[in-house]
Amino acid sequence: MTIATAHDHTHDHSHDHAPGGLMRYFTTTNHKDIGTMYLWFAFTMFFIGGAMALAIRAELFQPGLQYLQPEFFNSLTTVHALVMIFGAVMPAFVGFANWLIPMQIGAADMAFPRMNNWSFWILIPAAILLFATFFVPGGAAASGWTLYPPLVIQGGIGVDMSILALHLMGASSIMGSINIITTLLNLRAPGMTLMKMPLFCWTWLITAYLLIATMPVLAGAITMLLTDRHFGTSFFNAAGGGDPTMFMHIFWFFGHPEVYILILPAFGIVSSIIPAFARKPLFGYASMVYATGSIAILSFIVWGHHMFTVGMPAAGQLFFMYATMLIAVPTGVKIFNWIATMWRGSLTFETPMLFCIGFLCMFTLGGFSGLVLAIVAVDITLHNTYYVVAHFHYVLFPGAIWGLTAAVYFYLPKFTGKMYNETLGKWHFWISAIAFNVTFFPQHFLGLAGMPRRIPDYALQYAEWNAISTIGAFALGFSQLIFLYNVVTTIRSGEKAKDRQWEGADSLEWTHLPSPVPYHTFETPPLLK
Amino acid sequence: MQKKNDFFRRLAAGAVNLVSVACLSMISFRVLASYDVNIPQPASPIAEQIYGLHMYILWVCATIFVVVFGFMFYSIFKFRKSNGAKPDVNFHESTLIEIIWTIIPFVILIAMAVPATKTILDMKDTSSPDMTVKVTGFQWGWRYDYSAEDFGFYSNLTTPWSQIGQPGTGPLEKQGDDYLLEVDHPLVVPVSKRIRLLVTSNDVIHGWYVPQLGINQYGIPGFIKDVWFKADRTGTYKGQCSQICGKLHGYMPITVVVKSEAEYAKWLVESKTKWSTKVSVSAAPAVSTPAEEDNKVFTMVDAREKGEKLYAANCVACHQPNGKGMPPAFPSLAGSKIVLGPSDQQINIVLNGKPGTAMQSFARLSNSEIAALITFTKNSFGNSVGKVIQPADIKAARK
Repeated sequence: MTIATAHDHTHDHSHDHAPGGLMRYFTTTNHKDIGTMYLWFAFTMFFIGGAMALAIRAELFQPGLQYLQPEFFNSLTTVHALVMIFGAVMPAFVGFANWLIPMQIGAADMAFPRMNNWSFWILIPAAILLFATFFVPGGAAASGWTLYPPLVIQGGIGVDMSILALHLMGASSIMGSINIITTLLNLRAPGMTLMKMPLFCWTWLITAYLLIATMPVLAGAITMLLTDRHFGTSFFNAAGGGDPTMFMHIFWFFGHPEVYILILPAFGIVSSIIPAFARKPLFGYASMVYATGSIAILSFIVWGHHMFTVGMPAAGQLFFMYATMLIAVPTGVKIFNWIATMWRGSLTFETPMLFCIGFLCMFTLGGFSGLVLAIVAVDITLHNTYYVVAHFHYVLFPGAIWGLTAAVYFYLPKFTGKMYNETLGKWHFWISAIAFNVTFFPQHFLGLAGMPRRIPDYALQYAEWNAISTIGAFALGFSQLIFLYNVVTTIRSGEKAKDRQWEGADSLEWTHLPSPVPYHTFETPPLLK
Repeated sequence: MQKKNDFFRRLAAGAVNLVSVACLSMISFRVLASYDVNIPQPASPIAEQIYGLHMYILWVCATIFVVVFGFMFYSIFKFRKSNGAKPDVNFHESTLIEIIWTIIPFVILIAMAVPATKTILDMKDTSSPDMTVKVTGFQWGWRYDYSAEDFGFYSNLTTPWSQIGQPGTGPLEKQGDDYLLEVDHPLVVPVSKRIRLLVTSNDVIHGWYVPQLGINQYGIPGFIKDVWFKADRTGTYKGQCSQICGKLHGYMPITVVVKSEAEYAKWLVESKTKWSTKVSVSAAPAVSTPAEEDNKVFTMVDAREKGEKLYAANCVACHQPNGKGMPPAFPSLAGSKIVLGPSDQQINIVLNGKPGTAMQSFARLSNSEIAALITFTKNSFGNSVGKVIQPADIKAARK
């Protein structure tokens, strides 16, 4: 009955006077439009970043230099990371936050619709600045995404442009976070208490606080780089009384919470999808909220584990090792809760669920390799090797990217009113899952055997695993084209989806709104029990 | 149809399980000899501890993985809707279970942390070394200074560029067994002695990384950090720079040769005369040539011949075989104003480098080598200055 009411509402919006065509998107303040733009932006960046990764893998197919100059190779590794982190994963999560948060808490829109528009549109000049660096004298930044001085000081104008691009993306993230926090704390429908919010809202609330706390730290660090480069300061130059190690401390004080920014919203997504396909409520809702909070707090005191090889004192190494190991406890609680949600459920395995199960297995493997790296002595032999590359791709690809992919399949019927092709979705999952492991599992072996990361060429004993890894990478890239095809054909010609496409899904967007959701929703708050 | 789907699902889920277990076990068993899957054989007590710690944690993690995901796969097979499973919607909260699965991981972590702590304390104890070597990274090679013995030397990659190749053409020659891991002068130390390394850098951050000795230490410009090792047995141990340091980061290997005490003593005597730093007066790194080399007078043919070889070893990576470089990061030497102009400007850049660019100081080359190199660039790639630079010119410029 509620659904029918919402339907009727869609027809009487003559007060909108929204411009049509492209201007609609330039001027829109509607959370769904802005969410859509974020998602397409992120999807585009994902393919550009992926193409860079394939160029890297092509060069590493065999020992020797075949395709890329070493300097350009370094630029590719640097920009691949920046694009994937700041261009693909973070905007994709903000896109889902825009779409889902107002619907899940029963609000009409985000708290600051105009700022919402602005926070999306400054991403475009940021992306242009970042890609333009490939065409300026000196090329793109080639210091690795961590931008360590003094190496980054040697770069050309491309480094300055990247710094400005990061500033813009940081400002965008901060605005998005302010918007999300304000919306979640002020615009909840009557009866929607904090502890009734879907977990996606909770994880985003915590992520938004992380962003507000750490983005200014990154901004500070890269501004100091800028003044070191051009205005004669010596923050990171020992000859002038500075210290290159200080940059690492500041960078990773941002950088470690950042990795949780990249994964916590995915935790939220998985926490919505697994109960839906297990047809029973999420196990241990409250403990999930507390675990997320603990992870966020711990993330501020573990940054030193990125720097075990700078030569910090034993006390520092011990502190950062213990703190890092501690993160395994709340993360473990989350994994156990998800599995307990499946326990005694009534499981079906549609594409979103497959991606979530893949997420559970592969993310946990990444978590274990993280535990191995937390052990200082072992880290000494693995730091800056391919083991680290394997580790963070295991947590970020099946973690962040599969979480997002699951969300795309899960919500496409709701957003577009059309159902995706289930067979293609399953092909996408299985090819991705196999190709991902073929790509990244051998990189553990490479790292253990001592192959450093960020090198365009390698000794002969690393040849076999590198060749296998490259083959896997191209298969992985191909499987994403299936994804793109599936999304596009769904939007153009998918079969009509049901209002409650997934019978086990029980948050407001499924129970109170039709598919596709109308342009304006919950102009009057829903009635909650 | 339903049945067929079901079979497919079971098969696929089974395959995932199998692959993960197979891969995990491959880490620990050296199944395929040519496919390295583990940390290389340790050669020092610390590396030995690291190896043991890694195996211990690996097995703990593998066991947890099998148990935890055993539950998950049991659910996947047992509680599927197609088997007629009904959801138990009341099973969604249990404080007792939450407490249990918070405490158990905590206890396991403590069991991991105790041996890990011991290794850290051993690793950081750099006291009472038998000898000390200063390690300096630079773009792109290493320098080893035996300060107590007043000598030091550079260690550079010796793999020829024809084996590495060029983008577009690829390698022109078959790669040797030690491809990218071979150096001209390795670090040499005696066996079974506590060696302390003081690690630093001249330009950007480098990483001195030799896994078999259990060492990975950043060299940070302006700071000196110390690490130690004691090699158990004689042999040659290889490593590479571990921290990205610019264009040729992949091309600055490390080789450590551990000799018996007698052989080390012999090497020490030879090296002291060969690489003495006692007479060094300038701030620039020591020059490794005897005085008579400085008095040599080059002919154009001699200088160009010698210069061509030095160019291939030191300059070609950036300035390219045709001298055209890769502007703007690596400027062209062909037709360059500096190369064609007065020689003191070019000598100055070669000796001191150009701050803020990748052009490093080549002061480590001898006077005659720099003279030959500059003569070569001034009279190649279409440049024809016609002038021969002499070692005496370089000697004069050093002061």
